[in-house]
Amino acid sequence: MSAGPRKPFENKIVEWVDSRLPLFTMLDKEYGVFPTPKNFNYFWNFGAIAMFMLVTMIVSGITLAMHYAANTGIAFDSVERIMRDVNYGWLLRYIHMNGASFFFVAVYIHIFRGMYYGSYKQPRELLWIFGVVIFLLMMATAFMGYVLPWGQMSYWGATVITNFFTAFPLVGESVQTLLIGGFSVDNPTLNRFFALHYLLPFVIVGVVFLHVWALHVTGSNNPSGIEPKTKEDTLPFHPYYTMKDSFGILVFVIIYAIFIFFMPNALGHPDNYIPANPMVTPAHIVPEWYFLPFYAILRAVTIDIGIPFTEVTIITAKLGGVLLMFGSIAVLLVMPWLDSHPVRSARYRPKFKFFLLLFVVIVLVLGKVGGMPADVPLFHITENMIFTTTHVAQIATVYYFAFFLVVLPILSRVEKALPVPASIHESVTNCKSSCEGNA
Amino acid sequence: MKKVILTAISVLALSSSFGVSLSHASEEGAYPLPNVDWSFEGPFGTYDKAALQRGLMVYRQVCSSCHAMKRVAYRNLTALGYSEDQVKAIAGEYTIIDGPNDEGEMFERPGRPSDKFKSPFANDAAATSANGGALPPDLSLITKAREGGADYVFGVLIGYASAPPEVTVLDGQYFNKHMTGNVIKMPPPLTAGAVAYEDGMPQTVEQYAKDVSTFLTWAAEPEMEQRKQMGFKVILFLIVFAALMYAVKRKIWAKVH
Amino acid sequence: MSSHDPHSPCCGGGSCASDQENQSHNGHSEPSSCCGESRRDFLFMTAGAMAAVGAGSVVWPFVHQMNPAADTLAMSTTEVDLSSVEVGQSVTVMWRGKPVFIRRRTVKEIQEAADVDVSTLRDKQADADRVKAPEWLIVIGVCTHLGCVPLGQKTGDMRGDYDGWFCPCHGSAYDSSGRIRKGPAPKNLEVPTYSFLSDTLVRIG
Repeated sequence: MSAGPRKPFENKIVEWVDSRLPLFTMLDKEYGVFPTPKNFNYFWNFGAIAMFMLVTMIVSGITLAMHYAANTGIAFDSVERIMRDVNYGWLLRYIHMNGASFFFVAVYIHIFRGMYYGSYKQPRELLWIFGVVIFLLMMATAFMGYVLPWGQMSYWGATVITNFFTAFPLVGESVQTLLIGGFSVDNPTLNRFFALHYLLPFVIVGVVFLHVWALHVTGSNNPSGIEPKTKEDTLPFHPYYTMKDSFGILVFVIIYAIFIFFMPNALGHPDNYIPANPMVTPAHIVPEWYFLPFYAILRAVTIDIGIPFTEVTIITAKLGGVLLMFGSIAVLLVMPWLDSHPVRSARYRPKFKFFLLLFVVIVLVLGKVGGMPADVPLFHITENMIFTTTHVAQIATVYYFAFFLVVLPILSRVEKALPVPASIHESVTNCKSSCEGNA
Repeated sequence: MKKVILTAISVLALSSSFGVSLSHASEEGAYPLPNVDWSFEGPFGTYDKAALQRGLMVYRQVCSSCHAMKRVAYRNLTALGYSEDQVKAIAGEYTIIDGPNDEGEMFERPGRPSDKFKSPFANDAAATSANGGALPPDLSLITKAREGGADYVFGVLIGYASAPPEVTVLDGQYFNKHMTGNVIKMPPPLTAGAVAYEDGMPQTVEQYAKDVSTFLTWAAEPEMEQRKQMGFKVILFLIVFAALMYAVKRKIWAKVH
Repeated sequence: MSSHDPHSPCCGGGSCASDQENQSHNGHSEPSSCCGESRRDFLFMTAGAMAAVGAGSVVWPFVHQMNPAADTLAMSTTEVDLSSVEVGQSVTVMWRGKPVFIRRRTVKEIQEAADVDVSTLRDKQADADRVKAPEWLIVIGVCTHLGCVPLGQKTGDMRGDYDGWFCPCHGSAYDSSGRIRKGPAPKNLEVPTYSFLSDTLVRIG
């Protein structure tokens, strides 16, 4: 964005603007000729897909906000009015509702790609950290958005989540009261959640800008995990990746559209079509699917932690659960330092690959048990000991943290990587001959 | 890439088989919900207008004495195949309380198409106290608000039976196979012949239950037919567009490597 | 620029994809480069056209949502019972969020409205064209200047120099047929569509 030497444009208007503010030079540099590794696979589409979803959510959200009323007396009715009376209101709402899920799908795949190919490693640590910050902001935005329809799950989700804060000793209760603006989740809560739900996406846009800026400083990682060395290793971003990303976005949107038009409520919970009732808790409260793994971690802590052989409790089970849940995200922030292995891509690190895929399975298992009631008996170990879903969640939680805190540091020291190709170009041409034989 | 996809698939398969075994553990399948072959099911499903009209009859003559449907307006009934005049006539049969007028008094007037369905009770508290402490839920969204949707509503309507010995049914309660917890406070609402159909369809509890479930599904998702129609156009367009983009991408990438 | 094809400015150049065509015809890039071939141009143009159609159809729902919703449209007619309105009295009813003036005119007022030479008016309209029954004048009570509500409905109100209405915002005066006679307003008070369902029941809208 500095005023370096500039190549003039042929178009007079473009040139007039560009000589005063080099917008087009910048666009060309960052999205036109930007050198991009030529060996991306389709996993690299998910950054663009996530960006597309962010825009979709903001546009559909703003149109919904034109009809939504953030007042406990009429919030539910205003949403139903959108569904029934507003022109294409049902479409806008289903786009937004399912869009939240598909945004998370894209981001989870994007995160997995970053882990698998070592995109978090030096020199891209800050890029990764911005990503985790975006993820955190997304979770906050999604949670507050889910409260707005003011259904039963909205209300009780808000109640449960804001109760997290009461786990903290001394200040917890007052922090919770401050957050919800009263003694229970009510109109003030709904109003501020709406204000923040409208604000945060624009904060996300800001952090995405930093995320992309950082990306364009270091350049993209790639499936081989080795830096591009010569021109042979890269392609200009346009048209190669603009067209590939467009295709990827379209395929993703097809699946998204199937949900919008043919199963719009499949990812939601029926109870959210019952207006909020502070006197009746639904039989089985569950968050949206994208929070389930973290919800399982929250519930996995069932014992107070204290000084052995005394009655002194240091961390209650409630606080322990909350801390672990926040910790499960915070640990991502330090991942670049937990894994100091010089080889990036899991392609050349079979052991890392095994533990990472196991980690994915474990997260899915956590998601599954997070969506089930606690303590569902599974089978008998002995006459009196029953193995329950809570035990599954506990074992999975242990692995979740062990993967970061134990497996990664140990593998960094002991894992011997497979031979890494000399250049991206070589990895592609080699693959042509050797990989095809495997397939 | 292929390898990654294969691994991803096997990972998903592994975890989903684990998921299946977990869900078996949690299922309580004493009385599985009936699986009715609804006209509105599936991507091509549409509402059967005759069934909707019969369902409206059942709702108006039976359900509406306790259950409100305050998100549906009389004007919406044109979707059931009624003309504007017929809708006006239906709305006119109800007395709506409006106001206040210039003197500050509430007054009664005949219903208009723009009015929402008239509720049987003034408010939830009145409805609760008139029904032995159980609030009859508003039916506007009932099929969306219950696991199982129309099957569930149908199941509850036909699910009355004499209680098995292990279930305790108190006074003013009824055993119902499909109600959550198997106990319901609503007396069996439908009896054969209670609603006189004009189109010769059987006047049985099952037929009534089927028709009113269809009607309630429409009430909850009036946009369904438009949604599915638009969905086909959108997805067809997207598939063609995506195929084209794939060709474009292939062309552009043809010279690389 | 390197000699390596993809990095040539052909497709990744400083401007949009449509420039590719020109540049390839200019022989600007290497023969083996990414441009050329009419079949490919056709492909690109079809894809571009589809993108335009797609974008256009996506925009419509997002714009149309701002138009009046079904419940708003359903409320766009209103029925008024006129049986309690005396000669010389006016009532104001709400229709589409705007006041509608209904005046049961006196014989004098009807006479005044009919006697005006239409050619001298700013907005030339005969009284007969503005009423369905001479006794009842029904107009939208919004000044055609800048949208204020004129005075003249209540007995004590200022009614201007023409026995009609007077807009306090910028001094427009309307006559007993709701026509503009003085002041900045360009048009007569608008007559809504209405019909008499019976002698004393009128439906507006």
